[in-house]
Amino acid sequence: MKSTLLKTARELRAVWMLLIVSLILFIATPLFLTGPNLLNVLLATSVTALLAAGQTFVIIIGEIDLSVGAVLGISGAVTAITLQTQPLLIGLAVGLGVGALAGLINGVLVTFLRMPSFIATLGSTSVLAGLTLFITQGNPIRVANEGFLAIGQSRPLDVPMPVWIVLAVVVIFGVLLARTRFGRYVYATGDNAEASRLSGIKVYRVKILAFMISGILASIAGFILTARLGTAQPTAGTGLELAAIAAVIIGGTSLAGGRGALIGTFIGAILLGVIDNGLNLLNVSPFLQGVVKGFVILFAVFLDRNSDLMRGLWKMLGSLRPKRPATPSTPATPQEPELASRH
Amino acid sequence: MDTPLIELVGVKKSFGPVDVLKGIDFKAYAGKVTALVGDNGAGKSTLIKGLSGVQPFDEGTVRFDGHDVHIVNPKQASNLGIEVVYQDLALCENLDIVQNMFLGREEVAMGTLDEAAMEFAATKALQSLSVRTVKSVRQKVSSLSGGQRQTVAIGRTVLRNAKLVILDEPTAALGVAQTEQVLNLVRRLADNGIGVIIISHNLADVFQVADFISVLYLGGMVASLATADTNYNDVVGYITGTKSLEGAAS
Ligand SMILES: Nc1ncnc2c1ncn2[C@@H]1O[C@H](COP(=O)(O)OP(=O)(O)O)[C@@H](O)[C@H]1O
Ligand SMILES: [Mg+2]
Repeated sequence: MKSTLLKTARELRAVWMLLIVSLILFIATPLFLTGPNLLNVLLATSVTALLAAGQTFVIIIGEIDLSVGAVLGISGAVTAITLQTQPLLIGLAVGLGVGALAGLINGVLVTFLRMPSFIATLGSTSVLAGLTLFITQGNPIRVANEGFLAIGQSRPLDVPMPVWIVLAVVVIFGVLLARTRFGRYVYATGDNAEASRLSGIKVYRVKILAFMISGILASIAGFILTARLGTAQPTAGTGLELAAIAAVIIGGTSLAGGRGALIGTFIGAILLGVIDNGLNLLNVSPFLQGVVKGFVILFAVFLDRNSDLMRGLWKMLGSLRPKRPATPSTPATPQEPELASRH
Repeated sequence: MDTPLIELVGVKKSFGPVDVLKGIDFKAYAGKVTALVGDNGAGKSTLIKGLSGVQPFDEGTVRFDGHDVHIVNPKQASNLGIEVVYQDLALCENLDIVQNMFLGREEVAMGTLDEAAMEFAATKALQSLSVRTVKSVRQKVSSLSGGQRQTVAIGRTVLRNAKLVILDEPTAALGVAQTEQVLNLVRRLADNGIGVIIISHNLADVFQVADFISVLYLGGMVASLATADTNYNDVVGYITGTKSLEGAAS
């Protein structure tokens, strides 16, 4: 019983944090809990949420993708340039192709060339950001294609299109991760790559696909950002990887790999958005907002890295409660699941 | 004796200049437990890795079920019905028992994982081994004891319809009670008609569970004996090289 509770505690960590922060904001300002404001939060979160969704796959396989912001930037720019002469579908296909290719290259660097993903994707970030500046010559690129702009600006059923896109991605990729063979292999690869290989799983393939998913979702994030602004900015996406990684970790996915869930990431991204929103509503200086978010991220990583410590504290709290009369239904178990060591 | 389930003739393996297996002959039978013993570095793990396709042999004949086979990767070994339970237990800590037992061959219905069918089959496989030591097949492996993990790894071979199960030091890290459990499991595998090869350093275990004993010494097979026809001291002699099959001290 206890172990189920603790297990869900990990997955539901972001939910608790979100509820607490929301409650504080609800008490602090009447502006927070209104339909339009909440939709604003979701809209503002959409880009981070997409980057974080892809990042979730990469972190679960035990790697990291620092290039998502740069992939977003180059996909947006390449799509904007393509749309100057080509129809919508070609523009989207080219943009998605750029993201998939970037992911493929990252994946190959990490698997076949055995580079640590931290370094490999840092390198590709530099390459991609440079290429984006080169092809745009440092200038914003205007997009006039109505269909494309609708990706960022239309509101079907009065809900912004980016929010619909994020919901679709969370559902589709959530099912992919939790309910398919590929998803199972993503977890297994991050958990024990050698065991996975011995079980006949093509680990390199799983890893490359995870990086490609990250790249493709970063492209879609690039579409949204470009369509919302009506221009592709030459430095779009810079630094967004940190927010994406933060959303993943806050969402309960372990940096050590092998554990996590897409829904947690989604809630983690919303939490970051709510904090942003709250700081704005409360007129906190923009200079301090980064500080607050930094603390949230550090706290999430602390929880991730010290979950054993936290479990210990939790248990101590439990043992302080008055003992119930002996429970004959639970004979001594051979070992306490809580004590099982990881790695 | 009927035809062996697996038969090796003149099998060799070297790593660079080092000849690790120097022409091995070996047999194991369906429904029997064959122990493979030998000192550290004798070549036991190398022999197993050849059989499982992880590190294919350089030379020699491998006959499985009477047919010549050339095993070059784990998938192929698995398709033949050869499953290995590795020394360091190839399990995923954060996956549960069912997920581990089906790892790499999940059942799928309409594009998504068929968890109910897998849970049913995993439970049945464990029941066929009379396993009563796990509370729930949905427990994560990280919450299991060493013996329970061995149980999961062995149960997985049953699930995969293994004909030959190879266990590398299955009791090395276990206490007395859990060792007993695992040895019972090994016996039950063989009683179900599966051929079992068990590597062990513990001769007490070997004499308790094995029908045949094969001894490797410095990359050569120095003895292949029926357990009933030999004794502890002789086997120790073969292992340490103070005795050879002809009975002459070397
Ligand atoms: N991949 C390898 N490369 C080089 N030498 C190896 C390799 N694997 C095993 N060996 C050597 O082969 C010999 C037999 O090893 P092994 O089969 O692991 O023995 P055992 O399992 O009987 O203890 C040892 O001397 C070991 O150092
Ligand atoms: Mg060994």
